[in-house]
Amino acid sequence: MQGDPDPVTGMIYDLKRLKEVINEEIVDPMDHRHLNREVPPFDRIIPTPENIARELWRRLEPRLRLSNARLHNVRLYETEDLYVDYAGEASE
Amino acid sequence: MIVTRRYKFSASHRLHVPQLSDSENRQLFGKCNYPHGHGHDYVLEVSVRGPVDSATGRVLNIRALDRHVRDKVVDIFDHRDMNHDISDFAALVPTTENISTVVDKRLREGWERTFGDCKLVRIRIQETRRNTFELNTQ
Repeated sequence: MQGDPDPVTGMIYDLKRLKEVINEEIVDPMDHRHLNREVPPFDRIIPTPENIARELWRRLEPRLRLSNARLHNVRLYETEDLYVDYAGEASE
Repeated sequence: MIVTRRYKFSASHRLHVPQLSDSENRQLFGKCNYPHGHGHDYVLEVSVRGPVDSATGRVLNIRALDRHVRDKVVDIFDHRDMNHDISDFAALVPTTENISTVVDKRLREGWERTFGDCKLVRIRIQETRRNTFELNTQ
């Protein structure tokens, strides 16, 4: 997330709320699941880490838009030795 | 989209520059100047930026990247004495700053021929858990 810390709370974004959003949009639907068979759109889009990162951004970005903060980057590790960074369409 | 791949190699080096006296070298580089060198388990990250291919869903072929990085860098550096075994360091002190520049230069040999539109944008080398060096070329 990128943004200016709120002058009252001192936070860019409430991390408890961020955790909820990530769990609802990503972890609960995808964890322990077969992506190709159980997680649309990967029934029709090949689930490379690049495409998964784009889908994570698509799910998260609208829910993390505030006046003082926005989603800055999604980093997805496929393994410890391979990861992708996606910062939205402008970064493509 | 940026794809980053991580590679490991172990190598030894000694930090010593001929322009300075032995005691100046000892003072400047401390333990890194000990006469027989010392080793590191380096971690190299190579970051590539490019569009996602609509057919493959990938920015680039990872196996091709692995081959390129192994041929140009990892197989040459791994288990070597950088000061004595690697020509780039015959007259260049192998600080990790300089290693990053050398790695970047070596990777760019034949890069466009192999990877076309995909740009090499960052080299990062972790020398120890406490020291990391990053060269951004985008």
